[in-house]
Amino acid sequence: MKTKQQPHSNFTETARAKAVEKALKDFEAIIGIETHVQLATMTKAFCSCAYSYGDQPNSCVCPVCMGLPGALPVLNSKVIEYAVMLGLALNCKLSMNSKFDRKQYFYPDLPKGYQISQFDIPIATNGFIDLDLPLEFGGGHRRFGITRVHMEEDAGKLLHTGTGNYSQVDLNRAGVPLLEIVSEPDMRTGVEAAEYAAELQRVVRYLGVSNGNMQEGSLRCDVNVSIRPIGQLEFGTKVEIKNLNAFSAMSRAIDFEIARQAALYNEGKADEIVQETRLWEEGSQKTVTMRKKEGLADYRYFPEPDLPEVILTEEYVNGIRDSLPELPDMKRRRYEDMGLSMQDVLFLANDVNIADYFEATIATVPDIKLATNWIMGDIAAYMKNEKLSINEIKLSPQELGELIASIKSGTISGKIGKEILFELMEKGGTVKGLIKEKDLVQIVDPVEIEKIVDKVITNNPKQLEQYRGGKTKLQGFFAGQVMKESKGKANPGILNKILLEKLNAKS
Amino acid sequence: MLSSVQNPRFLLIQCRRSKPFHHHQYPKSIHAISQVQSVSTSLPTSEIQKIQKSILSREKTARQFAEQFLNRLRLTEPYVKSFLHVSKTVLNEADEIDRKIDRNEDVGPLAGVLVAVKDNICTADMPSTAGSKILENYRPPFDATAVRKLKEGGAIIVGKTNLDEFGMGSTTEGSAYQVTANPWNLECVPGGSSGGSAAAVSARQCVVSLGSDTGGSVRQPASFCGVVGLKPTYGRVSRYGLVAYASSLDVIGCFGSSVADAGILLQSICGHDKLDATSSKREVNDFTSQFVAKDYFESQPLKGLRVGVISETLGDGVDQEVVSSIRGAISHLEELGCTVTEVSLPSFSLGLPAYYVLASSESSSNLSRYDGIRYGNQIVSDELSSLYGGSRANGFGPEVKRRILMGTYALSAGYYDAYYKRAQQVRTVVQKSFKAALDEHDILISPAAPSAAYKIGEKKNDPLAMYAGDIMTVNVNLAGLPALVLPCGFVKNGTASLPVGFQMIGAAFDEEKLLRVGHIFEQTLEGCSFIPPLIADELFKC
Ligand SMILES: [Zn+2]
Repeated sequence: MKTKQQPHSNFTETARAKAVEKALKDFEAIIGIETHVQLATMTKAFCSCAYSYGDQPNSCVCPVCMGLPGALPVLNSKVIEYAVMLGLALNCKLSMNSKFDRKQYFYPDLPKGYQISQFDIPIATNGFIDLDLPLEFGGGHRRFGITRVHMEEDAGKLLHTGTGNYSQVDLNRAGVPLLEIVSEPDMRTGVEAAEYAAELQRVVRYLGVSNGNMQEGSLRCDVNVSIRPIGQLEFGTKVEIKNLNAFSAMSRAIDFEIARQAALYNEGKADEIVQETRLWEEGSQKTVTMRKKEGLADYRYFPEPDLPEVILTEEYVNGIRDSLPELPDMKRRRYEDMGLSMQDVLFLANDVNIADYFEATIATVPDIKLATNWIMGDIAAYMKNEKLSINEIKLSPQELGELIASIKSGTISGKIGKEILFELMEKGGTVKGLIKEKDLVQIVDPVEIEKIVDKVITNNPKQLEQYRGGKTKLQGFFAGQVMKESKGKANPGILNKILLEKLNAKS
Repeated sequence: MLSSVQNPRFLLIQCRRSKPFHHHQYPKSIHAISQVQSVSTSLPTSEIQKIQKSILSREKTARQFAEQFLNRLRLTEPYVKSFLHVSKTVLNEADEIDRKIDRNEDVGPLAGVLVAVKDNICTADMPSTAGSKILENYRPPFDATAVRKLKEGGAIIVGKTNLDEFGMGSTTEGSAYQVTANPWNLECVPGGSSGGSAAAVSARQCVVSLGSDTGGSVRQPASFCGVVGLKPTYGRVSRYGLVAYASSLDVIGCFGSSVADAGILLQSICGHDKLDATSSKREVNDFTSQFVAKDYFESQPLKGLRVGVISETLGDGVDQEVVSSIRGAISHLEELGCTVTEVSLPSFSLGLPAYYVLASSESSSNLSRYDGIRYGNQIVSDELSSLYGGSRANGFGPEVKRRILMGTYALSAGYYDAYYKRAQQVRTVVQKSFKAALDEHDILISPAAPSAAYKIGEKKNDPLAMYAGDIMTVNVNLAGLPALVLPCGFVKNGTASLPVGFQMIGAAFDEEKLLRVGHIFEQTLEGCSFIPPLIADELFKC
């Protein structure tokens, strides 16, 4: 679900918005993003350990991912499959012949002293991603370039003790497969960057290659931001921002950074914009210097001798291409063609599970408008309140279809439909079963309704007198009484027709 | 005991012409070898087969064999120092085999065979230090695939042998723990880096042993110690559990006192391993079918075999006595029916620098994991960089540091193209020239080393001289080919003599041919005994 940006403080929010707006009058921001996506494979990239987030430290490890002497990596073929899937989904050119390389540096969370990665021949290059900006940001279609996609392994984690006296190494995450996706520097605003990342998240989720969860670090974005005076061709100095745990944080961090750099420019301190890595601090809503880059790090890349080359065949790639699911942008175009509004399209296509739910619903009852209204209305509200995903609610899309069909056919009233919806979402069961069990079938027989109307009129002589004395507003009172008497089952149209006849009849 | 230098040219062979040699008729099994024993005790015989036959026929027990080797080990080890660790469970394991035999249970083709394992090959129940201080007392949680296979075949791992630290060296003086002596002359080096494994087989402290060969580390010590050394094709044996030195060159190899033993050992450890992505899926033939008993040899059992002598390997810088030993071996091959011609490999001399660039580059990366964080010796420090620096400075010896520095330099930005990339190009040239030569010849021949064993300490402070000694072997690793080194003669060494081996290089994955030729060569080289004087007398008492 798309979450609107939550303002952390109205003051900083407006101040930043103003500063950015001002900055972007004179400057153009150039934004590129490196995204690391953890792949949802059963086992790690080069060993048979299973990994899941939050496990006991060092419980998902083996000689291979701990880098013990003599242990060797063996590639999990799912990693290639997922890389090819994402490469195709991002419209990339695939390298039919790629390889792994070692990227070498020392850090305690890197057990081998090198990361198995891909250097000069990434598995996929030169693609693009299409997205639709949300309406609250002005809407519109965007296409951003993808420079490359490559396979690599994740590192472990350092756990710092409260006292700061020492750190411990957790290698559970070491060796988990990653795809690194490098964008072209095509984004110009924080919102565009955040939407790029959100679309990437949708794509990996649609493909099922990752859970794309930012909080758990399954999808991590490092952003490069530079600005240049409008009209200038050469790029400004690039600053990298890390620690972005949500799309909204990305957008805010970039806006902050644009404003910061613009202010330095305007104060004649452009030379204080240096190549560095800055951290986004959620508390203060600021970026702060993490480390300055002293020259280019030399990772001494060379081909990984423990792994054979990665060779793709046309047949293999075609097999994957043929089995790709419908991707978010295709789905949005199709939904648009179905006549849905852009707001509905963006909502439904945002989450592949909701889209699937929607499509399963309209397969049962082909009423796009009603299905959309129910899903975006009461069901979405319920999910939000109960903090449930669409797959966790007990109402199946088939039963939602049944519910809509029952209302359309007049079997039950819309009001009753709404009432049992909550019961179905909470407890499950079938619409038919519930209608039968609770005797909820709408009363459409005029004779039966007339009986109830007669009874209500007879029981309320005083109100009848007042009505006939000109207080016609009391029609609502009578209608309510009849509805109550029928336990909500009377068909409102027929009820009102009969009621009016009876009230206005000269006796 | 050998009293004088024996030129093998004068030791040749009465080939038995009585029995016709038909390719399809000779017995498939190496049981035939046992018949050779009765013919001539001076020829190398398969110890493995002897043990198998004796224990299965209950002529002797596995315990008796184990005790015999352990006794010899106890007597010789103070002088030779081949082992860094000796198993305490050898006799228990032998008893277990005897009990299985009593119960008529299957015991495996290596039952009761004492195998020594180079200490850079992981064993779960013994330390595995790779000869380095940084892995002092390190005990892996798993057995290398080769070790696992040995155990499955019934072998008894007798201990872990000494080596140059991480396999980097040619003398075994580079061990952080001890200096191993050559059983032929205790003042000489056994070669390296698998010097402990070669010396252990030479001194009959074990039946066979595993070594590793990155640039000649099995073949050169085999030559120095007068034993058979087999370097398989790259990918033939799983490297899983072999502590990596240079991953694209490393192979686990075999030592034995006969070609048959080296072949049987290879048979038991080779084949695809799903834990090593570089291990070959190619099918493995039954090498043992090559070990035909001498009685079945034709008059010219190698008739038609095209042998190419690599002309670059018999020129300047090669000891004249080594050259004449090789010439003797060549004559012997001709006697056996081979067509011997000289072949030039112009790229041969380029192999050595290319090898040192590539091996150092890979090792600089492979040894990054020894950072003192997870295992091995750690120098405690408040600062991360000094923890790394201290642990590595303290843990690695000078030769290892030298290679890490060379390799780091060769891979650095701005130098990569001139060193690493260039060396890879040379490697391709070397591969092509070997391929071309092996299209014309069945096997190629060269010395295993430019000299016989030299004095301990002689080249210790002269790394370049030591590197130069690898000239005969490194090209084979660059090309990934199999090679067999077997003793073929002696050179004078004071009043005694030192063995010399020659190297046969075959086409990729054609170990079978090397073993067949080697076996025939060895079985017909009469009058040469490659048992060191140190133990010869003691051995005959057994
Ligand atoms: Zn693992």
